[in-house]
Amino acid sequence: MSEEVSAEILTTHILDLAAEGKRLDGRGPDEYRPVSVEPGFVATADGSALVRIGDTCVLAGIKLEPGKPFPDTPNAGVLTTNAELIPLSSPTFEPGPPQPGAIEVSRVVDRAIRAAETIDLTRLCVTPGEKSWVCYVDIHVLDHSGNLIDAASLAAVSALAHATVPAKRFEIAEADYPLEVNHYPVECTFVRLGDAIVVDPTFDEERAAQGRITVATDEAGRVVAMQKGLVGAFSPDDVKDVVRRAFRHGERHRALAKGGGA
Amino acid sequence: MGNVGAKDVPELLSPEGLRIDGRKLDELRPIKIQVGPLHNADGSAFVEWGQNKVMAAVYGPREVHPRHLQQNNKAVIQCKYNMAAFAVDERKRPGLDRRSQEISKVIGEAFESVVFAEEYPRTSIDIYIEVLQANAGTRCAGLVAASVALADAGIPMVDLLPAVAVGKVAGKIALDLKKEEDNFGEADLPMALVPQSGRFVLLQMEGHMNEEELGRALDLGVAGCRAIYEKMKEALRERYSTGPVGGSA
Repeated sequence: MSEEVSAEILTTHILDLAAEGKRLDGRGPDEYRPVSVEPGFVATADGSALVRIGDTCVLAGIKLEPGKPFPDTPNAGVLTTNAELIPLSSPTFEPGPPQPGAIEVSRVVDRAIRAAETIDLTRLCVTPGEKSWVCYVDIHVLDHSGNLIDAASLAAVSALAHATVPAKRFEIAEADYPLEVNHYPVECTFVRLGDAIVVDPTFDEERAAQGRITVATDEAGRVVAMQKGLVGAFSPDDVKDVVRRAFRHGERHRALAKGGGA
Repeated sequence: MGNVGAKDVPELLSPEGLRIDGRKLDELRPIKIQVGPLHNADGSAFVEWGQNKVMAAVYGPREVHPRHLQQNNKAVIQCKYNMAAFAVDERKRPGLDRRSQEISKVIGEAFESVVFAEEYPRTSIDIYIEVLQANAGTRCAGLVAASVALADAGIPMVDLLPAVAVGKVAGKIALDLKKEEDNFGEADLPMALVPQSGRFVLLQMEGHMNEEELGRALDLGVAGCRAIYEKMKEALRERYSTGPVGGSA
């Protein structure tokens, strides 16, 4: 069918609604869709979490393996974040190597986890320069209905928060132990729809958006990462506004990352 | 669980003839089928089968990508089986490998054998199978999930496709192997059955069986497939008799 034409009509409608302070699904401009976190979804992973934000569904899995530290950081473990926008999750994704969209998601998620010092990487070092843990964060998008960054980062942080270091299995220690998580960064994404800046965009809102901005905050009151995306612009006041809002939403989602639930 | 690096073969069959998880030789692992869990897909299904967790989605009939694969007299059926990096004990490198390409091919061909593809010329029916947690038998679980997802998408088919693996464990023919039995067993024989015709549209085998054992294994597999067939129909009935199509899952 003529997907482009219907998208165009929908975009106009979304922008018209936004001008009246309304949204297609009846939410207010600063309202998230229902958010839920299910830790431990995958038993084969060393940590995992299934996150739903409305119809968006993302699964993150952690795997820890012994490896070699990078030569420039001999005393630190390695953290690797990878997002797969698999074609199962959206009619617009095709099989093949990661597209820029997937790479952006994994990099933005990775940046917040790294900058917040979520994990003390030096604690993942076993023998300096020789042996350290490699922590893989693999993000699997199952249903893409918008706002992948928030769902992916919430899933990743929650999976880390519930991860176990498989030290016994790899004969590095006598027993497995919980992965130490020091900070809980939470990403919060907004899009511009005309003069309105709304939180937690749906797929259609992202397509209509005139700019997207993500702010990652942690429990210590720090902004740890930001990313502006899509075509569009934000003023300094816009940015200050979304940072304030991101802290408020962050607190709620942090509790979910720690404890799971909805 | 977690037998990485295990040097010793675990005892797969107890003196009482029970298997490592307490099952009898002809007993299936518990199966749970959820119809339509995904919002974007035209049809979807989530299957929890023992310790397997598999999601399947169907898109189409829709335009063919890449275009040159298009067929003027029927729909092309494109199947992609993929495994999440964290689905197995040793992290799997993400992306296509030879194993998943082969599985994608044989599953796709199984569905080509039952879907009325000639109803939709110049289109593609895309089947995506994602293994989220693996514990032996993922291609069968994927097939079952994909078959239910095709039905959920409203694609006309000869029949649903139940599938199961039969193997040989400690010298005995056993239904529906779990990981330890698959790793340390003597044979693995996955199959998919068209219940209406009683014929196989997927059949693979690896290991050692004699003629008599193979015969029994096939019979056991057919019985297993028929039991799974009932579960598939039950799941679809439950989904479509309680409310209108397209409600939130």
